[in-house]
Formats: sequence, structure tokens, C-alpha cells
Amino acid sequence: MKETPLHDVHVRLGARMVEFGGWHMPLQYGSILDEGRAVRTTCGLFDLSHMGRFEVQGRDAVALVDRVCTNHCAKIPVGSIRYSLLCRDDGHPIDDLLIYRDEVGVYLVVNASNSERDLDWIRTHARGLAAEVLDTTAATAMLALQGPRSQEILAAVTRAIDLGTLRYYRFGFGTVAGLARTRISRTGYTGEDGFELYLPAAEGTRVWNELTKAGAALGLTPIGLGARDVLRLEAGMALYGHELSEELNPREAGVEFALALTPEKGDFVGRAGLEALDKKRGARLVGITTEGPRVPRQGHELYRDGARVGQVASGGVSPTLGINIGSAFVRLGLDVEGAELELDVRGKRQPCRVRELPFYSRTRKK
Amino acid sequence: MRPNDRKYTKTHEWVKLSGDEVLIGITDFAVQELCSGNEGDLVYCDLPEPGRSIEAGETFGEIESVKAVADLNAPVAGTVTEINVNVEEHLEVLSRDPWNQGWLIKMQPRTKALDAPELLDAAAYEAFITASKH
Repeated sequence: MKETPLHDVHVRLGARMVEFGGWHMPLQYGSILDEGRAVRTTCGLFDLSHMGRFEVQGRDAVALVDRVCTNHCAKIPVGSIRYSLLCRDDGHPIDDLLIYRDEVGVYLVVNASNSERDLDWIRTHARGLAAEVLDTTAATAMLALQGPRSQEILAAVTRAIDLGTLRYYRFGFGTVAGLARTRISRTGYTGEDGFELYLPAAEGTRVWNELTKAGAALGLTPIGLGARDVLRLEAGMALYGHELSEELNPREAGVEFALALTPEKGDFVGRAGLEALDKKRGARLVGITTEGPRVPRQGHELYRDGARVGQVASGGVSPTLGINIGSAFVRLGLDVEGAELELDVRGKRQPCRVRELPFYSRTRKK
Repeated sequence: MRPNDRKYTKTHEWVKLSGDEVLIGITDFAVQELCSGNEGDLVYCDLPEPGRSIEAGETFGEIESVKAVADLNAPVAGTVTEINVNVEEHLEVLSRDPWNQGWLIKMQPRTKALDAPELLDAAAYEAFITASKH
């Protein structure tokens, strides 16, 4: 199992460690529900160094990204970020990712579990282009601050960038804990305001410690993957392997904003497949809530009048709403707010209700 | 050391003689695996109806935490005579006192002796847990 540069920090904090995407990662430091609430009310600190980080370089870097990604890289302004899928020819995604448009080249952040395959896939499609893909994952660390106090805490250790004017899904470079030219993006996977930082691997622990010190008085808390998962579910954000996979139709998953199916984007890997999959839509990803005691879990089936009408993609106990929530693919026609369905938990039925995603939305900073 | 007055399973249940009947519960290790010391992270416990007949090793219920669901497996065969309704309402009891107040079901066992080879005493259970951590 791979270890991030922060591994010893997690162990020292007494985190419960689990395998995730080939990495030994903190599931939780304390209560998952308390960690979730800390992110919503103050600020959480995350080690995301397991995520794959690639630099696409060369004259045709943008063209390569546009060949394999569903979003339109050439149209992304320098300093902006877009969410995208990476699809097979048939339109089924092999991953989802963030595209950072640098002044020169492109920076990609992908899921840990798909990282090696993504790298092979992108390289395989570079034929004829003056572009190469460098895997910088091992050489770097990635931390996130998420929550309403994030800016205040990050600003305390940051120079040479105005965080107040850095808008959502934009990035810049500043001096963090003395490290010049640190990539800082206003992004995250919790639905809260916050930042993601990209650092040299050897500096990860020092920056973690400085952020911890700067945030101590403001309630900064380390957050594990357990809380991260339910926070992203509350925010209605897809997780590869749950809402997106090679077996699921991405046109049902509410990720249309990642698909640039415009004439100017031109052809790309998976375009024809995605267009064909649009005609095969039979369900739609929605939220479900249940007042019953059982928590919806991936694979649970949904019924209405005895007929199977959907399947749960993700589920959890919502720290913000205090009820059990899930995301589910529900047959078209029943995918409407308030529709009453039954959740099947190993043969026992529990009432649940369709809700539009997201369950939680903050007012984004302009 | 865990109580010596009962036997343990490799799926982290315990069984203890109580008069003509047996009490069945889960171990501190099982609770820790589910909620990592955060009793508020336990969300649900599903126990069988009294009167149900259960085979040794059969799943008789489920316990759920914020992050996982675990089966409850019967250490011995028998018929359920009573369930601990207090636990269903107050899951924190499992974290505070899994050995006494945290019992889950009472059964009329098919055979009295807790001598099946797959049942472990406290020392063997301890050794099993230690080995499974490595």
C-alpha cells in the first residue's frame, strides 16, 4: 500500500487508517459526523496526496487534453479550472477529473484508484502530438482547507496572492509557509468554500503543521475520507465508482456541465458514444432521503408498487441534515421531487423520498 | 483481558450461559471496528423476533454505523426468547458496556454446553485478534 507524505501525521493523530485506491489513508480521526459538522461550521484540513496529479507539457498539451477529455480545454481561460470526464470510445467514463489551464501546459487532478490507468490512456492517445504527460503524484503533496474559515486560516500563512479575489474554480500561485509559487485553487469536494494546495512532497508535513497552528484558535480540524465522502454527497458531487463508472450511463448522472458537445470542441474520444448514450437514458441521478433508521448504501434497490425502479449509488448519514441520505438512479417519470419510493435493505423495505440534488448548498463567494 | 465467563467467535460475537438460556452480544473489538470509539456513529441495530429458530453461524441481525454494516452471527443454535430492546433504542450501551448491559439476544440453546470447537475462550480470542491485525 502506498503512503502519502503525511502518513505519519495521521498515525500520530490516532486516525483510523484504511486502504483507499491503493493508499493507506485516514478514514476518520474522531467521529465522522463531528468532522462533517466542523467543515460546515469552521474549517477542515485534508490530506489529498493520494489523488493523481499530472502535468501535460509540450506545444500540443491543450490539444491532447481536448482529445481525451469531455470538457473543452482550449476554451478554459488561463487560471481557471473545469470539471471533466475521461471516456472510453463508447462514452462510458474511465474517470472524472479537474483540468487546470496553466499559462503553459495543463495540470490534471484525477482519482487515486484510476491514476495509473488514466496515465496510460492519455499517453496512448498522444500519438502524433507534441505533448507528454508527467506523473507528479509521488513528488508532490496535496492538502485542502474546506469550510467558512478557510480563507482566514490560509491567509495567515500565505503571501504574494490575494485570496479574497481568487474566485471559485480559479487558481493562482502564491507563497505558502514560505514556499514561493505554490499552486492554490479555490476548489473542493465538500460544497464549502475552500482551497486546495499543491506542494513539494517533502514540505507537506511542515505546511500541514503550520496550517494546524494558524487554524487552532479558529477550530481547524483534520478530516478523514469518511466525512469527505458524505460532505460531497450532501453537495451532490459525483464520486467515481458510485455515480460514475464504466457500467453506468453518464448522461443519467447529472454531469452535463462536464460535456462540451459543441461544434467548436470537435471530435474527441467518446464523443459519438456520449451522443448515443443520450438516447439510452432511462433514469436520472437524484437524491433520496429516508426518515427510517437504515442508511441507504450503494447497490440497494428502490421499489414502487412492487416494481424495481432504481438503485442507490451512494448513501450516508448527513451530518448537516441529521437524516439518512443517498443518491440514486431513479427511473424517468419517478425522478421527481417528493416521489415516494421504498428502499430495499436485504429484503426489508423502508420508505424514502426523492429529492433534487444537492442536499446542501452554500452561497458561493463571487 | 476480556471476561472469562463466556466464549467468543471469530466474527466477534460472545455467548454466555445464563441459567437455562444463553445471552449473545458483540465484543468491544466489534464495536470499535464499527465506530472507532465514537458511540454516536452507531446508527441502527436490527434484532430478530422472539420465537425465531437460528442455526449456529446463521446471521440473526445487523448492526450499522455511519460507515458500515456488520452481520450479527449466532455462536450457537437455538430459539430466540428475548431481545434487548434497550439496545435498539440506546446503541451507546454497546460502546459503554458490551459485556453486560449490551447483550443483544437471549436464546434457548439447542445444546447446553458451549464446547463447539469453533468457539474461543478469552485468551484464544485475544490471540485471534492480535494475529488478524498483522
